[in-house]
Amino acid sequence: MADEKIPSEGGMVRIALLGNPNTGKSTLFNCLTGLRQKVGNYPGVTVQRKVGRMVYGKNIAEIIDLPGTYSLAADSPDERVVVDALLGEMETVERPDLVLFIADATNLQRNLFLAYQTAQLGIPMVVAVNHWDSARKRNIRIDMKALGQALGVPVVPISAARAEGITELKEVVAGALVSKPHMVEAEWPKSVEAALEAARSALPESVQPKATRAVLHRSVFDEDRSFFVRQGASSEEAGNAIEAGRQKLFKGGLNPGNAETVLLYRQIKERIAPCIELDTTRTGSGSESIDSILTHKVWGLLAFLGLMYVVFQSVYSWAGPFMDLIDAGKGLVQDQVGSFLTQWPMLQSLATDGIVEGVGAVVIFLPQILILFFFITLLEDTGYMARAAFLMDKLFSWCGLSGKSFVPLLSSYACAIPGVMATRTIQDPKARVITILLAPFMSCSARLPVYVLMIGAFIEPRYGAAVAGASLFAMHFVGLLVAMPFVYVANKYILKIPPQPFVLEMPSYQVPKVRDVLMRMYTQGKEFVKNAGTVIFAITIVIWALLYFPRSEELAEQVRLEYVANAAAEKGMTTAEVEALLEADEESAAALERKIDSAYIEQSYLGRIGKTVQPVFAWAGFDWKITVGVIASFPAREVIISTLGIIYSLGGDVDEESGDLRDVMANQKWQEGERAGQPIFTIPVVSAIMVFFALCQQCGATVAIISQETSWKYGVFSFVFMTTLAWVAAVLVYQLGSLL
Amino acid sequence: MKTLNDLTQGQSARISCYMPRFAAARRLMELGLMPGTTVRFVKAAPLGDPIALEVDGRHLSLRRVDAAQITVQAI
Repeated sequence: MADEKIPSEGGMVRIALLGNPNTGKSTLFNCLTGLRQKVGNYPGVTVQRKVGRMVYGKNIAEIIDLPGTYSLAADSPDERVVVDALLGEMETVERPDLVLFIADATNLQRNLFLAYQTAQLGIPMVVAVNHWDSARKRNIRIDMKALGQALGVPVVPISAARAEGITELKEVVAGALVSKPHMVEAEWPKSVEAALEAARSALPESVQPKATRAVLHRSVFDEDRSFFVRQGASSEEAGNAIEAGRQKLFKGGLNPGNAETVLLYRQIKERIAPCIELDTTRTGSGSESIDSILTHKVWGLLAFLGLMYVVFQSVYSWAGPFMDLIDAGKGLVQDQVGSFLTQWPMLQSLATDGIVEGVGAVVIFLPQILILFFFITLLEDTGYMARAAFLMDKLFSWCGLSGKSFVPLLSSYACAIPGVMATRTIQDPKARVITILLAPFMSCSARLPVYVLMIGAFIEPRYGAAVAGASLFAMHFVGLLVAMPFVYVANKYILKIPPQPFVLEMPSYQVPKVRDVLMRMYTQGKEFVKNAGTVIFAITIVIWALLYFPRSEELAEQVRLEYVANAAAEKGMTTAEVEALLEADEESAAALERKIDSAYIEQSYLGRIGKTVQPVFAWAGFDWKITVGVIASFPAREVIISTLGIIYSLGGDVDEESGDLRDVMANQKWQEGERAGQPIFTIPVVSAIMVFFALCQQCGATVAIISQETSWKYGVFSFVFMTTLAWVAAVLVYQLGSLL
Repeated sequence: MKTLNDLTQGQSARISCYMPRFAAARRLMELGLMPGTTVRFVKAAPLGDPIALEVDGRHLSLRRVDAAQITVQAI
């Protein structure tokens, strides 16, 4: 992950945008910053960081969009980031000069809980009350003036979705940067004050001056040692100090586990309730009547399945033409570039098979990613995503996942890369990691050519179309069925993180903003190209080099002499006549060319590696040619088709429907060993190849994206684990299949 | 003793307290499930779990295993 250094040129003011999830934070962020925004991750954690610039008058301020959170009590990495950023405890992220707090007018009391917690941190604040219009529609009346007085900071009603109140908000923010208004802090009973003092005095003397009220609050209430530890206390000293504070709370008749929550809520009620007039006659909202269908026992499930079908059919079929176009464009560029460089074969190969191929391998994923994120943003912004998680949770909870895993996993059937990126909607870090590791087991569309080739060439001719169809269907579930037990075990015995409660707020249904949807597609696409793209590109070049080198003229000459001698013997011609034929007949020349390419592959570094590794794959019935194909297709599974084409001297332009390739493969026989003369591609071997490809992490792009979204350790783990599993399964299939 | 998990569709109840040593208590309170708050059982998910509650005009969904840790008084 590139750690973009967010520029903080001399004196640029920093504003942190803070609020609960689903309050319209992203929409407000987009309103304030437009296209002047950057996406990255916080250093060291995979929490997304959005930073943008707001122009007001002649000035520019930097706005950091903090993750949506309900509380400063940090349980998840998202919440950790919020607290650390606000306390100025995060390296490279400076403490903000102002907090722009966004609250939902339809749920003000709960939203302001977080504002009251933030008030303790002593940062100037402005409160924007969003969804002003829908609150009015629901007959919720808020006295803004009284609210402003109660909170002690400016309060601005806005409707971010309609861009109403944004100009006023900017003005108020500009004013607040000068006047620095602080929100009225909650009043704490004596026992809390005593507890904070007890904790402070129990700290080592060197740490005491740094233990501000804000830090003491968070440490004692959240039982969080990290603040004191960062200031130089040992973990034990920090623990003792916190324990001293909590003991005092307990003696004062407070439950340390929820004292802050209870006390704050009580004060919010007292202070805020007089400013709000609720219409209590209201029975059920518009959202509830939509939900009577969309979360209905029968209609809800049907609607869900229908919707998912539409989404993934669209990802699959809409992306198709674009991907074909990119592929065609790639071919065109390869021809053009190739024709310039015919004088320098190595440069030609590097440019066409290395660089252009590598760029193509990155760009080809873009249509799928953009279309999928179009739908994900739509599902999230309408409020349906929470309903989908509600419907599906039961199916996943038994093995430690939640309903939120459904969309990423289903989307991985098109391609694991957007699927892994889609797991960002999962907040529980454990569930997110498991879902990411599970994603490549879904049978993505790149495995399809392998299945089609093998089933079409060997299963269909022998067992008929019905069995062929059934095998193709079965191949799509092998990964899921094999992986599920591992998920269960991993969750139960390896990732022993205490389970978080599944609490989901179901937001009101809303019409999404086109601008937000486009913005999300743009930023996700850009991020993919920049981060995963570089790795995919690099891997493609490395594999190209391994396949290209070493390349000696003598080998080509040797193959040529053999070819001429063989042709002469076959056709009863003199070698001179064959040479003349080669000059005149393009087809013969091309056949010789393919023989030379095939010979080059055999003695390339990759060919040698294939031959060295082959004994390991012999257990699964693979010969060295299949093994080279397996290794060469590390950057992308579908490469196996063209690699086999080159190895079998058919050229790289074959596809899975190619009759030539099927015939040649069917005629391959073992040259030596005990099975000499027997066909290589038997049903057990074909099944082993398919199972291997179904389970193997044979996709550099997925490894790259997993490493980027989690850490490189998970990327390596995924690769090693899946490859080992694939090998074991392939060996089992082959050995058991051979017994039958 | 009745818990949130025992409510039937459409029934309302007032939250009394949380079971001791229920680790997620604080989190749920922060989301509005404070003792004294009135909640309405909206419906269970099609597969029986999780359940949807209305709290202060908002819909919250939680799993039955967590709902069983919150005692209520029917009203």
